[in-house]
Amino acid sequence: MTERHIVEKELAEPYADLRHQKQTANLGVWAFLSTEVLFFSGLLTAYSVYRFLYPQGFAEAGRHTEVLLGSINTGVLLTSSLFMALAVHAIRSGARRLMMLFLLITALLGLAFLGIKILEYYKEIGEGLLPGVFFTYAGPYAHTVEIFFFIYFMATGIHALHLSIGIGALFFLIWRTRCGSFTAEYHAGVEGVGLYWHFVDAVWVFIYPLIYLLGRNT
Amino acid sequence: MFDFLPPQAASLSPEIDFLFFGLLIISALVLGLLFTLLLLYCIKYRRGSGASRTGQEEKSWRIEIGWTAATLIAFVALFFWGADLYARLYEAPPDTLDIFVVGKQWIWKVQHPDGQAEIDALHVPVDRDIRLIMASQDVIHSFYVPAFRLKRDVVPGRYESLWFHPIRTGSFQLECSEFCGTDHARMTGEIVVMSQADYANWLATQAHGDSFAGAGEKLFRSLGCGGCHGPGSTVHAPDLAGLYGKTVALADGGFAHADDDFLRDAILLPQKRAPAGYAPVMPSFAGQLDESQILALIVYIKSLDEKPRKTP
Amino acid sequence: MTSARRAPCKNYLTENFTLRSWFFTTDHKRIALLYFASITMFFFIGGGAAAAMRYILLHPDGAPVSAEIYNRLFTTHGIVMVWFFLVPAIPTTFGNFLLPMMIGARDVAFPKLNLLSWYLFILGGSFVLYALFVGGLDTGWTFYAPYSTMYSSGHLIAAVTGIFIAGFSSILTGLNFIITLHRLRAPGMGWYSLPIFCWSLYSTSVILIVATPVLAMTLLLLATEHLIHVGIFDPALGGDPLLFQHLFWFYSHPAVYIMILPGMGVVSEIIPCFSRKELFGYKFLCWASVSIAVIGFLVWGHHMFVAGISMYAGLMFSFLSFAVAVPSAIKVFNWTATLHKGSISFEAPMLYALGFIGLFTIGGLTGLFLATLPVDVHVTQTYFIVAHFHYIMVGGMVTAFFGALHFWWPKITGRMYPEIWARFAAVLMFCGFNLTFFPQFILGYEGMPRRYHVYAEQYQVLNVFSSGGAGVLAVAYLLPLFYLGWSLIWSRRASANPWQATGIEWQAPSPPPKDNFTHPPKVPAKPYAYVTPGADHD
Repeated sequence: MTERHIVEKELAEPYADLRHQKQTANLGVWAFLSTEVLFFSGLLTAYSVYRFLYPQGFAEAGRHTEVLLGSINTGVLLTSSLFMALAVHAIRSGARRLMMLFLLITALLGLAFLGIKILEYYKEIGEGLLPGVFFTYAGPYAHTVEIFFFIYFMATGIHALHLSIGIGALFFLIWRTRCGSFTAEYHAGVEGVGLYWHFVDAVWVFIYPLIYLLGRNT
Repeated sequence: MFDFLPPQAASLSPEIDFLFFGLLIISALVLGLLFTLLLLYCIKYRRGSGASRTGQEEKSWRIEIGWTAATLIAFVALFFWGADLYARLYEAPPDTLDIFVVGKQWIWKVQHPDGQAEIDALHVPVDRDIRLIMASQDVIHSFYVPAFRLKRDVVPGRYESLWFHPIRTGSFQLECSEFCGTDHARMTGEIVVMSQADYANWLATQAHGDSFAGAGEKLFRSLGCGGCHGPGSTVHAPDLAGLYGKTVALADGGFAHADDDFLRDAILLPQKRAPAGYAPVMPSFAGQLDESQILALIVYIKSLDEKPRKTP
Repeated sequence: MTSARRAPCKNYLTENFTLRSWFFTTDHKRIALLYFASITMFFFIGGGAAAAMRYILLHPDGAPVSAEIYNRLFTTHGIVMVWFFLVPAIPTTFGNFLLPMMIGARDVAFPKLNLLSWYLFILGGSFVLYALFVGGLDTGWTFYAPYSTMYSSGHLIAAVTGIFIAGFSSILTGLNFIITLHRLRAPGMGWYSLPIFCWSLYSTSVILIVATPVLAMTLLLLATEHLIHVGIFDPALGGDPLLFQHLFWFYSHPAVYIMILPGMGVVSEIIPCFSRKELFGYKFLCWASVSIAVIGFLVWGHHMFVAGISMYAGLMFSFLSFAVAVPSAIKVFNWTATLHKGSISFEAPMLYALGFIGLFTIGGLTGLFLATLPVDVHVTQTYFIVAHFHYIMVGGMVTAFFGALHFWWPKITGRMYPEIWARFAAVLMFCGFNLTFFPQFILGYEGMPRRYHVYAEQYQVLNVFSSGGAGVLAVAYLLPLFYLGWSLIWSRRASANPWQATGIEWQAPSPPPKDNFTHPPKVPAKPYAYVTPGADHD
C-alpha cells in the first residue's frame, strides 16, 4: 500500500497526520491503564487492611491456594507477554504474517492461562472455598479464610475478565490483519493492545505473590 | 440573646459555642469585606461611570503571595484553636462514671453499672465526668446530644466511647444522627441530668437486675468459660485475672493492648488477635450473645483482680 | 420580529436532520446536546424529589407520607443529583461543546469514545431510575454498610450497577479531555494560552480518571457483599464497616471537586468578559485549579470525624481540609480583583457569576467550620452540613451552570435569550436559594439531624421558611425552560461574538459549522486580552 493510501484509510477526523494520531492513541491507552491501576488498587487496599488485621488467618488461607498451578500460570502469562512484544516488533518491520503468528501464540497462551485458572477454581470450589452459601471450609480462622478467598476470587476473576477481553482483542487484531490492516507505518491498534496485554500481565505479577506466596515460608 | 441555641449543658459546650462564634465573626468579616468590595466595584466601575481606570495592576504576584500567606496563617491559627479543644473533647479524663449504651434499630438501651436499665433515656448526675461505652446491635447509629454539642457514631463490631461533664440539670434531647433505617427519625430520647442526691435516689428506686459484673459472672459460668479459663482447668488458656489493661503478646509477633475491643474480639473472633503461646482452640461465641451480654462479660473480666495462682 | 441576521447556511444543527445523524453522531457539539437533554431530565427528577421532600418537611410529624417513602425520596434525590446531574453537568455539556473550540481543534481526541460515553450514561441512568422508582431504595446516596448490605430492602444491586456503568461514562469523558488538551491544541497554543475553563476541565478530568475507578471497585464490593454476605464489611464475620467508608469517601470527596472546578472555570470566563478586563493572577488561577484537585485527594477523612477514626487521623484530616480551602480562597480574591478598575455590565451571565462568588464563598467559609474539629462534632450529620454542601453545589455549581447556559447560549443555538427575563430569573434564583438554605445552617446548629422524616416541633418555623424558599427556587428553575425555549424560535439571531469575548470559540459563527471554524482560528498570545475602556495603555 502506498503512503497516501494508508493515510486516506487510517487518518481520522481531528488529526493532523498519522504520527499525531498514533501518539495520541498511545497516550490515550496509557491514561486508560492508569484508571485500571486505580480500579485494582481499591481491592488491594481491602486486601492490605485485612492482611494487617488478620495475619495468621491470611497465612492459613494462603496455604490453601494452588501454588503449583498459580506458578505455572505465571510462567504462561509472562511467556505470552514475550510473544506479544515479539508481535509488535514484527509489525514494526512490516512482517505481518509473523506478527499474526505471534499474536496467535499470545492468544493461545492466554487461553491456556484461563484453562488452568478454571481448573484451579474447580479444585477450590470442590474444597468448599467459594465464599457465600457454598463455603464449607471449617478449619481454623474460617471467617478470615472466607474473606481472603472472597478477595482472591474477585481479584483473579476480574483479572481473568480483563484477560479474556485481551484475548478477544488479539483475535480481532488477527482478523483485521487478514483484512489488510496494519503496516510498518501505522499499527497503533497493535501497540495499544500490546500495552493492554502487558498491563494485564503486570497486574498478575502483583496478585501472584500476595495470593500464592502467603504463609509458605514457615 | 441567642436563644435559638441549644442549652449549654456540658462543660465544653460554652467553649465550643465560643469557637463557633469566633468562626462566625471571622466569616462575617470576610464576607462583609468581600460583599462590600463587590458592591463597591460594581457601582464604581460600572460601564459608563466616570471612575478612573488608569493604573491597572501589572505586577500581581506580590499581592497574590500576600493574601495567600494571610489566608494560610489564619487557617493554621483556626486549626490549632480547634485542635486544642478537640484533644480535650476526645480524651476522657480518668475516673469517669461509666454507663453502657447499646443502639439498636430503633431504640437506645442504657444500662448503669449496677444494673439499672433504661430505654431511650439516660439519667446522669450533674458535675461528674461521665463516660458512655457504646455498642451497636445491628447497623451504624450515632449518639447525638445537641445540648452537649457532642456526638459519636455507634459502629457494630467495636466499642465507641463518648465522655462529658454535665454542668446543669434538666432534660435534653437525644437523637440518632446516622441514618439507620425506616424509623431513624424516631430514634430519639432524652438525657436527664439530676443533682447528685437525686441521681442516687433514682438509682436506688429503679428496679434493676444484676449489675453488669454480676450478670457477667453468671454468663461466665453458664457458658462454660471457667472450663478453660478457670483454675484447675486442663486446657492451657490465658489467665483472665488482672488481664484488663495489660499489653498482650500476639501469636503473629505483634502486641495488643487488652482493652474493651480486645476482649470483645477475643470472645467473638478469637482468631483475630490470638495471643502468643496458646493453641487456637478457643471457640467463637458470635451469634450466641447480644451486645449487652458481651458488655457484661467484659465488665466482669475487668473486675477480676490479679491473684497469685498456681500454674496448671 | 424579523431577524436582522440570517442563520449560517450549514451549521452543526442543520447539517443533517435524521435521527440517525443524532444518535450515531461523533460531533462533540451534538453529543453535548444529547447530554444536555439527559442531564436536564435528571435535574428535574432529582429536583422533583427535593420538592416533595420540602413539602413533607412543612409538617413536623411528616404527615403526608410514610417514613419509608421519605427515606426513598432523599435517596433518590441524592443519587440522581450527585451522579446524574452534578458530576456530568458542566463537563459533558459545556466541556464537550467548547473544549475543542477553545483550543482550535475540530473535535475531541476520541470522538467515538465520546458517543459511547453518552450511551453508557443513559444505560447507567436507566438502571438507577429502575432501581429508584420500580423498587425503591432507602440507603441514602452514601450506602453505608452494614445497613445497605445487610438490612435494607430495595434494589441496591440495580442502583449500584447503574452508578458503576455511569462511572465508565465519567472516565471516558475525563480521558478524552486530558488527551485532547495534550494533543490537539492549535499551533501556537501553549498551556499558558489556555482559558481557565480549560485548566479547570483538565484538573476535573484528572480527578475523574483517578477517583472514579475506586468508586467502581467499592460499589462492586458492596454489591457482592449484599449478594453473598461474605463479611467484607460485616463485623460479625470479621469485616470492617469503616473500610467501606474510607473507600467510598476516597472517591466521593474528590467527586465534589469534579462538581465545582468546572463551575469555577465558567466564572473565570464570564468575569473578565463582563468587566472588560484581563483576569487577575492568571497563573495563580491555573495552579489553584490543579492544587484543588491534588489536595482534594487527601481530605476524605473529614467525612468520618465522628465515625470512629483516631484523634490523630482527625487532626491530620482537619489540617489538610484547611489547606484545600486556600486555593479556593485565591480564586475568589482573584475574581474580585479582576473587577477592580474594570468596566462592568450586568447581563444575566454576569449576575450568575457574581451570585456564584457570593454563594460559593458562604459555602466555602462554612467548610472552615466543618474542618474545625470540635464544631464538626456538633454539626456533622445535621442540617448544617446539608446547607453547607447545597451552598456549594447549588449556590455554586448550579448557578455557574446557568451562567454558562446564558453566556454560551448564543454560540450554541445562534439565538439571543430575552435579557429581562433572564436577569429576573437570576435574581429570583439568588433570593429563593438563600431563603431555602440559610435557615438550614441555623437548624443544624440547633441540632436538627439530616435524613429526618419527622422532627421536633421547635424546628418547624425554619423548616417552613426553607420550604417557602424552595418554592421560589423551583419557579426560578422553571422560568429558563420557558424563555430559553421561546428564544429558540422567536428570538433574534446572535452574531458570532455578541459579548465581544476573547475566547477562540467566539471566532466561529453562531451556531458553528460541523468542523467548528470557517477559517483557521487566530490564536491570541495570551488569554483574556480585554481592553478596558478608559484605561491607558502604553
